[in-house]
Amino acid sequence: MKAALVLEDGTVVEGCGFGAEGLAQGELVFNTSMTGYVEALTDPSYAGQILMMTYPLIGNYGVCNEDYESDRIQTKGFVIKHLCRHPSNWRSQKNLDHFLKEFNIPGIEGVDTRMLTLKARVHGTMKATLAVFKSKDMPSKEELIENTKKQPHISEINLVDKVCVKKPKFVGTQGKHHVVIIDCGVKNSIIRQLTVRGVDLHVVPYDFPADKVMDYDPDAVFISNGPGDPARVTQTIQTIRSLVGEVPVAGICLGLQLTSLAMGAKTFKLKFGHRGTNQPVKDFDTGRVFISTQNHGFAVDDNSLKETGLEITQRNLNDGTVEGIQHKDLPLFAVQYHPEAGPGPHDTYFFFDRFMQMLE
Amino acid sequence: MPKREDIKKVLLIGSGPIIIGQAAEFDYSGSQACKALREEGYTVVLVNSNPATIMTDPEIADRTYIEPLTPEILERIIDIERPDTLLPTLGGQTGLNLATILAENGVLDKYKVELIGAKLEAIKKAEDRELFRNSMTRIGLEVPKSGIIKKVEEASDVANELGYPLVIRPSFTLGGTGGGIAHNIKELGKIVKQGLDMSLIKQVLIEEGLIGWKEYELEVMRDLADNVVIVCPVENMDPMGIHTGDSITVAPAQTLTDLEYQKLRDASIKIMREIGVETGGSNIQFAVNPRNGRIMAIEMNPRVSRSSALASKATGFPIAKIAAKLAIGYTLDEIPNDITKETPACFEPTIDYVVVKIPRFAFDKFPTGDNTLTTQMKSVGEVMAIGRTFEESLQKAIRSLEIGRAGLGSDSKDLDPSIKEIIHKLRANDHERIFYIRYAIKKGIMISKIAKLTNIDPWFIDKIKNIVHMEEEVKRYKLDTIPDHLLKEAKTLGFSDTQLAFLLKSREDEIRQKRKSKIISPVYKMVDTCAGEFEAKTPYYYSTYEEKNDGPPTEKKKIIILGSGPNRIGQGIEFDYCCVHSVLSLKDENYETVMVNSNPETVSTDYDTSDRLYFEPITYEDVLNIVENERPEGIVVQFGGQTPLNISKKLSHDVPILGTKPDAIDKAENRERFAKLLNDLGIPQPENGIAYNIEEAISVARKLGYPVLVRPSYVLGGRAMEIIYDDDTLKKYIAEAIEVSPKNPILIDKFIEDALEVEVDALCDGEDVVIGGIMEHIEEAGVHSGDSACALPPISLDSRVIDKVKNYTRKIALALGVVGLTNIQYAIKDNIVYVLEANPRASRTVPFVSKASGLPLAKIAAKLIVGRKLRELNIKEKLESKHIAVKEAVFPFTKLPGVDPILSPEMKSTGEVMGIDYNFGIAYYKAELAAGMRLPATGTAFLSVKDRDKAKSVDVAKGLTELGFSILATKGTAEYLRNFGIETKTLLKTTEGRPNIVDFIINKEVDLIINTPRGKGPRKDGYEIRRAAIEHNVPYITTIPAALAAVKAGKALRKGTITMKPIQEYHAER
Repeated sequence: MKAALVLEDGTVVEGCGFGAEGLAQGELVFNTSMTGYVEALTDPSYAGQILMMTYPLIGNYGVCNEDYESDRIQTKGFVIKHLCRHPSNWRSQKNLDHFLKEFNIPGIEGVDTRMLTLKARVHGTMKATLAVFKSKDMPSKEELIENTKKQPHISEINLVDKVCVKKPKFVGTQGKHHVVIIDCGVKNSIIRQLTVRGVDLHVVPYDFPADKVMDYDPDAVFISNGPGDPARVTQTIQTIRSLVGEVPVAGICLGLQLTSLAMGAKTFKLKFGHRGTNQPVKDFDTGRVFISTQNHGFAVDDNSLKETGLEITQRNLNDGTVEGIQHKDLPLFAVQYHPEAGPGPHDTYFFFDRFMQMLE
Repeated sequence: MPKREDIKKVLLIGSGPIIIGQAAEFDYSGSQACKALREEGYTVVLVNSNPATIMTDPEIADRTYIEPLTPEILERIIDIERPDTLLPTLGGQTGLNLATILAENGVLDKYKVELIGAKLEAIKKAEDRELFRNSMTRIGLEVPKSGIIKKVEEASDVANELGYPLVIRPSFTLGGTGGGIAHNIKELGKIVKQGLDMSLIKQVLIEEGLIGWKEYELEVMRDLADNVVIVCPVENMDPMGIHTGDSITVAPAQTLTDLEYQKLRDASIKIMREIGVETGGSNIQFAVNPRNGRIMAIEMNPRVSRSSALASKATGFPIAKIAAKLAIGYTLDEIPNDITKETPACFEPTIDYVVVKIPRFAFDKFPTGDNTLTTQMKSVGEVMAIGRTFEESLQKAIRSLEIGRAGLGSDSKDLDPSIKEIIHKLRANDHERIFYIRYAIKKGIMISKIAKLTNIDPWFIDKIKNIVHMEEEVKRYKLDTIPDHLLKEAKTLGFSDTQLAFLLKSREDEIRQKRKSKIISPVYKMVDTCAGEFEAKTPYYYSTYEEKNDGPPTEKKKIIILGSGPNRIGQGIEFDYCCVHSVLSLKDENYETVMVNSNPETVSTDYDTSDRLYFEPITYEDVLNIVENERPEGIVVQFGGQTPLNISKKLSHDVPILGTKPDAIDKAENRERFAKLLNDLGIPQPENGIAYNIEEAISVARKLGYPVLVRPSYVLGGRAMEIIYDDDTLKKYIAEAIEVSPKNPILIDKFIEDALEVEVDALCDGEDVVIGGIMEHIEEAGVHSGDSACALPPISLDSRVIDKVKNYTRKIALALGVVGLTNIQYAIKDNIVYVLEANPRASRTVPFVSKASGLPLAKIAAKLIVGRKLRELNIKEKLESKHIAVKEAVFPFTKLPGVDPILSPEMKSTGEVMGIDYNFGIAYYKAELAAGMRLPATGTAFLSVKDRDKAKSVDVAKGLTELGFSILATKGTAEYLRNFGIETKTLLKTTEGRPNIVDFIINKEVDLIINTPRGKGPRKDGYEIRRAAIEHNVPYITTIPAALAAVKAGKALRKGTITMKPIQEYHAER
């Protein structure tokens, strides 16, 4: 199958199609992790985006269902240099091509992903269209460029409501503690990290009102990761505002951004985001540096934290952006990275231990 | 944490001579460390016996001792220098073991020297097999079932419990030395014995052979704040049971899911903490069962290693440099990432390409050696290649090996083995099995079957299948019919133009033309540690066939320097040394320097060395591509040994060759032209002739009179060079030699017996000549110059001979038109000086001469190449000195069972050491000691010499008697010696019954063996004596001149004392 990737600046790259036939639109983001493509594809935080891996050989170890971070592929399309059709790993259940077909997601291979990465680094994240068709069905370049330019910016799309639970759900086995997760697109690994520590969870939709959250009488409320621009998720921001002070609150990724917004801070879009499993985070309390998994296109504005009662506990060593916050007086803390890993290093599992301390 | 202010002086121990398992990578790590420490204001004291290293350059450390690496010498240096710290983790296993000894024997305490980087306890926990096993169990990691023993007799009990096959791993050795795989009790006994002998603490581990398990390695860094990062996961294509140094390896890991990779990562961090390596890099090896993912910890090196050098080159993360900074107190987040400048070193590199490393073997040099791969490393060098597909990297790596292959296959060099042969090679872990996997696929053998035979993951075999399919696809076309997309696709799979020419029945230049007309040219991408996430400031490139160059080349005036490719016997670190010096010197001359090389062990491929670095194969096609991208003023070919010379003629049509012109090279290497040149100059050379077939060869040899020295033309390291005494051997030789080099004739020289060999390195600018050094060989002519010990300045030449040598050197250099360096070898007999050969390029001895004399020959040569003149630079000859330097060669015999340790015209040594002092005898003693041979002061000496050496052996025996030795000899030698009044006891040969000499060796009743091989080819008796000497570590000498030198050494030691002085002081003396 033919495939073309088109960027809003008019760049057209041709390659070979795999996965499903069709058209995908969204911003093109790159991930620098050398492993974990299954986890990334199924991570709800990638909803609305076309994902590109910088590592050139993808699909080597196939696909194992256990590695899913949600029940389906969440990205709109997948861009790689080279697809492995004959994977080799004892856990593999299918190859990557079949995986994309199963969830009707188009993919393109044979493209110069490094060139595209450098473009994003210089010009910032761009809107893109991925078209995978038989030759005769392939839209014209002009048409694709036009479409790419016309598509909405990520800040204009509601993504959280597409990836969260539709109604509250209980996960647990009579644990010692009880926590409500406000689901903006929570990853399975987060649920796993909490449940293995003996926490029972009520997973509720992002727009679940604060009073109903409190009806569960939780020991704490947890704000999950999720896709898109945090400033659009106004209902959750309001919910958090009402909950802070009432109950301990913690969050990851989008959870940190929403919490900050709730406390009066501001967020902004990063030029090309942090997506990978090698991001160094420095913790000011211990002076230690941890290697973390990250997946975010927005970040909290440092200066806007001043009057919010929040303080910065951790920063990214590469660009100094905010990685951890806590409230000076109230039981509230959050991180920008993904301590649950999946994929990535386990260095920051201690986040969950700290969360447990907050519960006790 | 800031750096430590309580320390001022750091002692660094180098790794000594290049040997199998410990090569140029420790020069790379050591020089990085020296630079890093001095940058921080510390005084660095360096000890290393290897003069061919960048680290022993007088400007790299503050005080550089080129001295033998023994505990006694180290103690003397510590006493003189009083360093406050010793950094033990950057000098390979040698440095680490010495540090361990000094810590354990109390020297470090006595002089209050602190170990930094790794404490004694951590070193022991990692290196001592029992402590390591216990540590792993403590942190819940599985290790293979094993038994640890200290006596041979205990082995069979362990074997009964574990079952065969078994892997034997000695404690505290490198490159798996003394280890191996045993399939039965007999092999077990043999390997265990050898392992116990070689282990520093006489301990070996016998473990279950994890047959079919996969092998992974992680490079880990830790700082004093306990921050830990993984630099790179490496997957071995070859499974457990093949030493990682002998395995084809790939970075990053390919077939692990994130879940599995994180398990290895977690385990590595746990191990690092449990073992307690405080700072720096360590290498941790795991076995993973491909059927269920079970993980076992195999071993850890608590120091930088060959693998860490590879990981540094593969990712751009300078492990050794950072390890040095961590050792003096910095934390990872305080050190900037050199490549990006703006981000810190506290992160994990991520790469967006595939790296393949392939070892380079030297079995062609040792036909009697066992060429199957086991846990004891046998390769002598390696290459690395970078590409955007595995296939591309693999084929680039294969053509980087310089074994005459242009890729995996279809380069006119393919064999047509039978299925039986293929299966045998695949199963037997043959060192060439990568080619046999291709043959197997071509014969239709299933991937699963190949995987089963080789225990190589099917993923790799599938990729090789892609290469085979592409060959078949391309073969369907001709040059004018092949579709553009297919041509491009073939290039993305790493096919060279040579392979495509073969497949399309065309020529390399036609393929190139076609490609260029279709705009199918490589682009150059950067190695940047971060997959493009941040801007890289260090121009380190590789080629690939994609859309876009990372950035345009600069517009500066620039010069390309070609490196020397993989280390091999005959072309080692000396040439990399010369390349690095030429780079530094050309920078001084305000040129932008562009380095091209394929060897990850080297200093030349450090991104810090040249202005721009291309990690590429050194072939005509790959170099020309770089030339077209960079558009340099010219290209330098005279520093990288034979590798660049081989393509210089072809390249000269496309780009100016700077310095000596290709025609001059041809004039020196073409025997007929060279003979004419010498004739015109009136300089004698041994009578010689040239032959293109057997009949001609015999008639030439008879005309010259036996013995003759024969060799194929255009070779390095005396490949296939032999002294021949009769027609029959000549016939046999030619059958083999022609196979070695089909297009080139055989060169036949009259061999001058018992001649003294002298070697000269000289500089020439086309008008003037400056002689860098005249070296007198210890061994007679006929022993390859690379294998012979030599003294500088000469010790026995009279001034008339020296004048003749100087005069001839000047004439030849000028007549050849040398601009830069040349090396000329002479044989001297009866005061006649014969020219043996002239090489108009940097030679193996350039670093030695530079270290001994203080004259940086390669740097000066580089300036001459760009038009500077010797007179203008005011370069003066320094042929006399108060001190004498002796170079000695170091051989791989202990690593290669079954190989006879005799010296011949074919080079066999892997490395060299230098001894320096004010007296020849002491300098020679030091050189021998540095080479691992501790000449005994007195004791029992055994002599067995061939008839031609009998007369001369009298002086040897007399000298030894004077030193108080008692003399043992075989019957013939003993009778001869008694005739001269030397008291000699007769000892039986092995063929004469028991107890014989070998029994004496085993029982350690002999302290020194002098055994000169009889006539041609190893005779069984001499061979057994020599092997026994090696295996039982008894000093042995195989030539009379070396024995005489040993006597001189003994006498000198009686009278004088050993000087201990840094090289900087020797140089300042004149």
